[in-house]
Amino acid sequence: MASEIIAINEFAGGGQSVGEWLHGWVTTVDHKRLGILYILFSVFFLVIGGIEATIMRIQLMVPHNHFVSPEVFNRMFTMHGTTMIFFVAMPVLFGFGTYLIPLMIGARDMAFPRLNALSFWLTAFGGLLLYFSFIGGNGLYGAGNAPDVGWFAYAPLTSRAFSVGHSTDFWTLALLISGIGSIGTAVNFITTIITMRCPGMTLGKMPLLAWMNLVTAGMVILAVSPLTAAQIMLCFDRYLGAHFFDTQAGGSAVLWMHFFWIFGHPEVYILILPSFAFASEIIPVFSRKPIFGYPIMVAATVMIGFISMSVWAHHMFAIGMSSYGNTFFTITSMLISIPTGIKIFNWIGTMWGGKIQFKAPMLFCVAFLFQFLIAGLTGIMLAASPFNWQLTGSYFVVAHFHYVIVGAILFTLFGAFYYWYPKMTGRMYNETLARWHFWLFVIGFHLTFDFMHIPGLLGMPRRIYTYEPGRGWEFWNLLVTIGTFVQGIAVLIFVGNLLWSMFKGPVAGNDPWDAWTLEWSTTSPPPDYNFATIPVVESRRPLWDLKHPEDPDWKYE
Amino acid sequence: MKRSEQTRSRAGKVLGIAFLLAGFLIAATVCAADPAGPSQIPNIFKPDSTPADSIFRLSKLVLVITSIIFVVVFSLIAYATAKFRKSDADDGSEPPQVYGSNQVELAWTVIPGLIVLVLFLATARVILSVQDAPKPPGAIEVIAVGHQYWWEYRYPELGVVTANELHVPVSDLQHPTPTFITLLSADTDHSFWVPRLAGKTDLIPNHPNHTWIDPHEAGLFLGQCAQYCGVQHAKMLLRVYVDSAADFDAWVQGQKRFAATNDAAAEGRRIFESTACINCHAVSGTVADGHFGPDLTHLMSRDTLAAGAALNTRENLRAWIQSPDSIKPGSLMPAMKLSDHDLDALTAYLETLR
Ligand code: HEC
Ligand SMILES: [Cu+2]
Repeated sequence: MASEIIAINEFAGGGQSVGEWLHGWVTTVDHKRLGILYILFSVFFLVIGGIEATIMRIQLMVPHNHFVSPEVFNRMFTMHGTTMIFFVAMPVLFGFGTYLIPLMIGARDMAFPRLNALSFWLTAFGGLLLYFSFIGGNGLYGAGNAPDVGWFAYAPLTSRAFSVGHSTDFWTLALLISGIGSIGTAVNFITTIITMRCPGMTLGKMPLLAWMNLVTAGMVILAVSPLTAAQIMLCFDRYLGAHFFDTQAGGSAVLWMHFFWIFGHPEVYILILPSFAFASEIIPVFSRKPIFGYPIMVAATVMIGFISMSVWAHHMFAIGMSSYGNTFFTITSMLISIPTGIKIFNWIGTMWGGKIQFKAPMLFCVAFLFQFLIAGLTGIMLAASPFNWQLTGSYFVVAHFHYVIVGAILFTLFGAFYYWYPKMTGRMYNETLARWHFWLFVIGFHLTFDFMHIPGLLGMPRRIYTYEPGRGWEFWNLLVTIGTFVQGIAVLIFVGNLLWSMFKGPVAGNDPWDAWTLEWSTTSPPPDYNFATIPVVESRRPLWDLKHPEDPDWKYE
Repeated sequence: MKRSEQTRSRAGKVLGIAFLLAGFLIAATVCAADPAGPSQIPNIFKPDSTPADSIFRLSKLVLVITSIIFVVVFSLIAYATAKFRKSDADDGSEPPQVYGSNQVELAWTVIPGLIVLVLFLATARVILSVQDAPKPPGAIEVIAVGHQYWWEYRYPELGVVTANELHVPVSDLQHPTPTFITLLSADTDHSFWVPRLAGKTDLIPNHPNHTWIDPHEAGLFLGQCAQYCGVQHAKMLLRVYVDSAADFDAWVQGQKRFAATNDAAAEGRRIFESTACINCHAVSGTVADGHFGPDLTHLMSRDTLAAGAALNTRENLRAWIQSPDSIKPGSLMPAMKLSDHDLDALTAYLETLR
């Protein structure tokens, strides 16, 4: 009953005026509220990015289609990519991190609550600025509105000669601002995890989610900084007469590529590590066993963090690097598959001999395992640089990275949504709807992204607003488009389930999953101060020790 | 409830497996069904030139190894999810708590390590053989310049300049006549990709690149620009005509001639030479020497207009001059707003440029 009242207070603002309620959310420095704000913001942009994807897929359903003009199509893929990476994937993962890290390490808030709020609002306003380009981007009569340079904005397309008006400036500033927000979040994560763990929680007893977010945060600082620097340089080029990337004045297009991908590749791991983190929390609980090989999982995470800093040019195999350069980036890119493979094996090891319960969070994690396996294997194909000369820039690579971002990251995210939903709202989601969501999404995902590989193998490049008939691409593109709609329906069910359950779902209680980490020891949703008394832990699974005093974990760790 | 849940999940898993396998099978059949020999489908698995062929052979190895890994790991996951599902008759107790095993961890670190080593060595060989291939004496040299949204081709040794349709000779093993292409860009990044002949190489301003092809049989090979280059990136198509040695020589001789003069088209020629056309287009032997657009000296020797965007027919040519946007919206050639009469005369003149 008590938790029910809190739930209503949190979300519906029972007893407050709308103004007070809004003021509470806007001025909050509570990590839980900020986490939820991040998540809501991302879901909003997920829907927008999804609409952009759908527009592209309708256009590509048949050859020589006239659904949108080439200019609009080019804006759609630029906005879709930029939105999904910077204003969906990063903030939603930061959101879960912001919400969960203090709770999982037994702290009352983040180390820097105000920085936390600042980071969120910077990200949010970055996103708004990006979309404001639809109104403000023209700048000149006849210039385009939203950015149309592609999400990696290769020079010299972004120079003033090729990008008149202000669309590129909106893109640059949006990423610059949200990038500063991301760096703030990363600093906060690191400081919180290093300094705020509850008594007894040594680094070796920290939940894997915290470990993986720690490594991610380190990577964010290393990777987002060069991107931010490059955005400033691009502004200099466009307005202060610099020529870093201005090839018409002797600048270097390749320099931009290096800057972008030295951000862009670690970025992939910045997104996938938190997703691994979800899997590493969910799979054990639903298999009823501790994570297999905890120290190895930590080591593999750190390895991934390091190696991922040395693979960026595998996005550039076709730019004419020397054979030595190509060889080097082939080996580093292949090496990273080893720690990644270790993780897959450890998750299987966790399930092995367990008693697996297929609730929605686990379903999504198991699908993640299958799909991430395939994504990893197509990744090995892409790492073999000669093979890459054929595959890069084609629909094969588009299919590959959507396998990573949707098949792995989004799937674990959906798992995380269902897993922590009762904690965040105090209410249980509807399992039947969640299963509908799961199965429809699995079908839609495979229709879209399995078949998307094929036109790539048949020579279809990405980023084309239309294509010629007779090249063997029509059938596959049609299937891909159909799959998009199935996924769309699934996402609507998901959003509907979350909304409906917030008001009608059964009360969840503190620990609906019989789980083992600290967030389940407090009420759902947790009180402002998280824990009435700061917990003291002796092992990686403090609630296991509590529930099984006869056989506590600390005896074995 | 429990039982139905279980059958449902199992059905789902079978469905998932079926889906994946279907995907791979279909991919395999598509690739196999595509007939060998000259084909309009730019299939990377139907190579017809050494670089594409070396890549294809490497890709077969990579595909075999990754398929084996796929089958093994897939089976492990499938087995674990099926075998260790909580049973209906479960007593509610917790399973044995296992924390890890160093031997097992070692195994699944070392084995992937060995696989990576094999893949890497095989890959490195192909990188060197394709990228650092020496240029034989009989090689044809071409400079390809990417423009928003068309291709300029220069044959410096042969004195030929043309656009959009690249002609190269067949290269047979006894008398290899590969074509070595220097890739430049006049504006933004582009990428040269004819999948059946070679992997892609970008054309980047201030960053000359190189690629080579040695097609083994005559025919037309299709591809298109593979690096986003602006509004009409989609219609920057590539057409490589591989000619027999004799045909290639004949083509070169034809291209080296000055533009044909034909009195019947004198009016059209006057219009051409007195409008802005000549600022952007060259016609050898005339005052037209612009280089912003494609060389038109032998326009009629080409099958297509505007980088493959339309067939080179009278109607299309006229439509193109009247309004390039009607064929390729966003292309960099302006509509010249000519009268119908002038348009007809101009089209008639262009048709004499054989
Ligand atoms: C501002 C420069 C400019 C002017 C003026 C111009 N063109 Fe073009 N033209 C181009 C460009 C650029 C292209 C290539 C367009 C593309 O493929 O995207 C082109 C393409 C063409 C083509 C197709 C060539 C091919 O190989 O496919 C023809 C024919 C042509 N122009 C004729 C004309 C005629 C006739 C005029 C004068 C009435 C004219 N152009 C005026 C820039 C110009
Ligand atoms: Cu191009």
